[in-house]
Parts: sequence; C-alpha cells; structure tokens
Amino acid sequence: MSAVSLRSRIGLRSIALIYLSALLVVPVGAIFYRTFEHGLSGPIDAVTSAEGLHAFWLTVVCVGIAVPLNTVFGVITALVLVRQDFRGKAVLNAAIDLPFAISPVVIGLALFLVYAPRDSWVGGWLMDNGVQVIFSLPGMVLATIFVSLPFVVREVMPVLQEIGTDQEEAAKTLGASPSQTFWRVTLPAIRWGLTYGIVLATARALGEFGAVSVVSGKISGANATQTLPLYVQRQFENFNVAGAYAAAILLAILAVAVLFSMNLLQRRSARSADAEEGDAGALPGPGVFVPQPIEKEA
Amino acid sequence: MASADTAVATPPRAGLRAPLGGEALSRGIATLWISVIVLIPLAAVVSRGFEDGLGHFWDAISDPEAVAAIKLTLISSLIVVAINAVMGTLIAWVLVRDQFRGKSIVNSIIDLPFALPTIVAGLTLLALYRPNSPIGVHVAYTKAAVVAALLFVTLPFVVRAVQPVLMELDREMEEAAASLGAPNHRIFRSIILPNLAPAVIAGCALAFARAIGEFGSLVLLTGNIPFNTQVASVYIFGRIETNDASGAAAVSILLLAISVGLLFALNLFSTWRSRHERG
Repeated sequence: MSAVSLRSRIGLRSIALIYLSALLVVPVGAIFYRTFEHGLSGPIDAVTSAEGLHAFWLTVVCVGIAVPLNTVFGVITALVLVRQDFRGKAVLNAAIDLPFAISPVVIGLALFLVYAPRDSWVGGWLMDNGVQVIFSLPGMVLATIFVSLPFVVREVMPVLQEIGTDQEEAAKTLGASPSQTFWRVTLPAIRWGLTYGIVLATARALGEFGAVSVVSGKISGANATQTLPLYVQRQFENFNVAGAYAAAILLAILAVAVLFSMNLLQRRSARSADAEEGDAGALPGPGVFVPQPIEKEA
Repeated sequence: MASADTAVATPPRAGLRAPLGGEALSRGIATLWISVIVLIPLAAVVSRGFEDGLGHFWDAISDPEAVAAIKLTLISSLIVVAINAVMGTLIAWVLVRDQFRGKSIVNSIIDLPFALPTIVAGLTLLALYRPNSPIGVHVAYTKAAVVAALLFVTLPFVVRAVQPVLMELDREMEEAAASLGAPNHRIFRSIILPNLAPAVIAGCALAFARAIGEFGSLVLLTGNIPFNTQVASVYIFGRIETNDASGAAAVSILLLAISVGLLFALNLFSTWRSRHERG
C-alpha cells in the first residue's frame, strides 16, 4: 500500500509527463518531423555533401584522438587519486571537475590565450617551429580533450574504491609484476566503469560546440576546421535550414545510441555484479554527476 | 570470471606499467596531464584578466553591455534552478514511487539533454518555438528562450541527484506517519523533504554552474541581441571575435569564480555531511 492516494499519484505523474513532453519529447519529435517531412533524399544529400562529409570526418578525428588519450590518462589519474596519498591530492581531485563547471567559451578562450599565434604564452614559439594550434586541428583536439576529461576518471574512481587492494596485493604476493597485476586483476575489475566512462566521454566529445568553436576559427573550404556541430550552426546561419536539421539529426541519432548503450551497460554491469561476487563491477549509477568526496581507504 | 581470459590474452604494454609501478612516476604523469590540459590554460585566463591591473578588470566587467549580459545570465539561471528544484524533485518522485507503463522509457529520456549536443538542443527548441512555429508559440529570440534552453540542458541534474536518495529512503517512516493520520503534505514536509534537501541542493548547484556557462544551446535560439537576449558566454565569444581578449578574460574570471566557488562549497558540504552522518 502506498501512503499516497491514487488521485494525487496520477496528478503528480501527469505533471511530470506533461513537463517532460513539452520540454523534451515534442521539440525532439518536431526536429525529426521537420527533417523528414519532404522525404529522405534531402537530408541524406545534405550530410553526404563534401562539406558535410568533411565535418563528419573531422569530428571522428577529434574524438578518435581525445577519447583514447583521456582513457589512458584517466585510468592513471584515477589510480593515483584512489591508491595514493600525497600533498595536493585534494587540489588535483578538485581540478578534475573543473571542465564540468566551466563554460565551453571560457575553455576555448583559455586555450586561445596559451596557444594563439600572437599575443599568447607559447603559441608564437610553436608557430616559429611550424606548429599551428589555434585555428587548426591541434587546438580543436585540445578543446575536445579538455571538455571530456572528467568522465573516465569519475567513473573509474568509485569502482577502484570499492574493489580495494586485496586482490592486487594477493597477485603481488604470488609474484605478479606490476603490469601483470594491472592487466589481469585491476583492469578486469574496473572494466564496466571504464566502458561507461568511455561512452560518456565519447558522447561529450562528439557534440562539443562552444570550446571547439572558439579555437577553430570557423574556416570553411578545403582545409576547413569545421566539425559536425559547427557545420550545423553554419548551415543554419546560411539559411540552409534543411542541411542544419539533417546534420543535427545525425548527431541526435548518435546521442540516442549513446543513451541506449548507457542503459545496456548499466543493466549488464548490475548482472555481472550479481553473478560474480567480489567483482565490484556495478556502476555507481546516474548520481555520479554529483561530485563525491574522496573516501579514505581503511 | 570468463572475461578475465580475454584480459590475459592482451599483451602488457610497456608504457602502462607505470600505474602500479613507480608511484611517483604515475603521480607525476597525472599531475602533468591535468596541469597541461586544464590548469595552465585557466591560469592564462586569470593572468590575462588581471594583466593591466584591477582597474582595467573592473572597467571590463562594468561595461554596460557586459553588465546586461551578466545580469541576464544570473537571473535566468536562478529562475531555472528554482523550477528545477521543484520539477526535478517531482519527476524523481514519480520515477521512484509511481508505477506505470513506459516508466523505464521516461527514465532513460531524462539523460537525453546530457547526451544531446548543445547545438542540437538549441536547434531542437528552435524547430518548435521559432516565429513561424507549428504550435504558435513565439519564444525564440526573447528572454523566455534563454530560460527554455537552460531548462532543457539542466533537466537531469536535480532528477539524477534526488533519485538514488529517494530509492534508499526508508518507507517505514512515511507509512508510520500515515497510519498515525498525518496528511500527505505533512509527511512530505517533515519526512521526505528533510531527507532529500541535501541532494536537491547538490543538484541545484550543479545545474546553476552549468546554466551560467551555457553557450551552444543559446547561440541559435536567442538571437544574441545585446542588452536584451545576450548571455555572458555569448558576450565573451563576441569579445574574442573582436580581438578584445582582456575583456573576454575579465568576464570569464567572473563566471569561473562563481562556478568554482559553487563547486568548492558543494565539496565542502558533501564532505561535512558524510562526516556528520558517520559520526
């Protein structure tokens, strides 16, 4: 028996569903409708145009560099924050969350002030040595790394805290080298959290707009610095609304695929945590976006 | 552990021996990584903002156009957070305590704003609310558009913060109160709300930090009219494009200070709370 009457329950449910429909479902439905109202060929032509394909390719390159780097360094950082004690650890831990809290435009500006060809910290020197960061690919990759940095660290940390060091120490006692311990004990134990972090980082990296927009210089043409989200904006501003919708739909489909795999992963990790006791593969759940204090290990 | 076999088959790579090997080495790598990617660039913003002294910094953020943008950003973020506190808690309650067909679908679309690229979110709202809107609602290019876009992108924060707390909340207390004749609103006020408050506050703080920096979803939807619909992040973008990096940096520092301060306060709060609960 619920303490709340059926009538008020249905009332609250209706309010929640109407709010979600007005805010999420109807707008997303509307954009799908607008895109496909004149058939499939228009939107397909728009995303397979030379400019559209180039933008798609550039997005893949940015994500393809940023996410693997964030994965490797993210696991190292998570291990350091969970397994070690040192001065300044709280600062390092707090710094991980900064990309969540900072405006994408400020992130772009920050990279601009360090790497711009003129009037910056190292940009002039890099330019003299033939490396252009701002208004070119390296800057866009740096921006993508910045915005997607926290995810792997924040998903792996709670899992590492949960599994403790017993198994790792047992492996060490039995003569395993540090690398054997990592690959055979630690990595299998954190695999679900890690995969979840990679999925979230990929989603964020795919869709980043503000930071990439500042550092890209929005150059179009043969050596364009235009990722898919930037392409959406440019098409819209050039009154090619159909093209903008089509590219947006492509991004939205990728986003839905990410959502879907998040759900799948959560269910699978819950099942594997049930099946294998002691293997703390269960994901921390959606509350992970709320920063947690570092817990000291016993 | 079936999947451990696949891990055995993977040859260990030399470069990754560090995590468990040299502690100092891995600590150095992590610190260097965060410094190069995050801390040094942010230091550049702070340094540029104060380069010409406090007077210039003050001039830059008290520029009338900047003040209007900052005001709009803060006021609409506060409105959005207030709406989120109520609607987010309500949605979380429905998702945890109510049973209806399709609930799991509703539960998973909550994360859609996190997954959807911000520029797509903006275009999505524009498809519905632009001047020749199919439903006749004219929100685009007005201040209401700012609020609508911010509501869209910050929707998950409070819901996802409250949901797990509500799931763990002991229902016996509520049932006891109900059997003693307490009316629903009384149960909500004196039992449910005090338990949820920390999670609601945490979700609101994150939503606020997100809202004041939002850019992608607003670029297309608000029209970016100075003194009217231009928010702080769009103002910063304009300053960068007109080669006024110092002006951009000054307003950025203000945004940074607010969101970092919030994050810091939130961390203190949750540390204090976890100590309080255990003690």
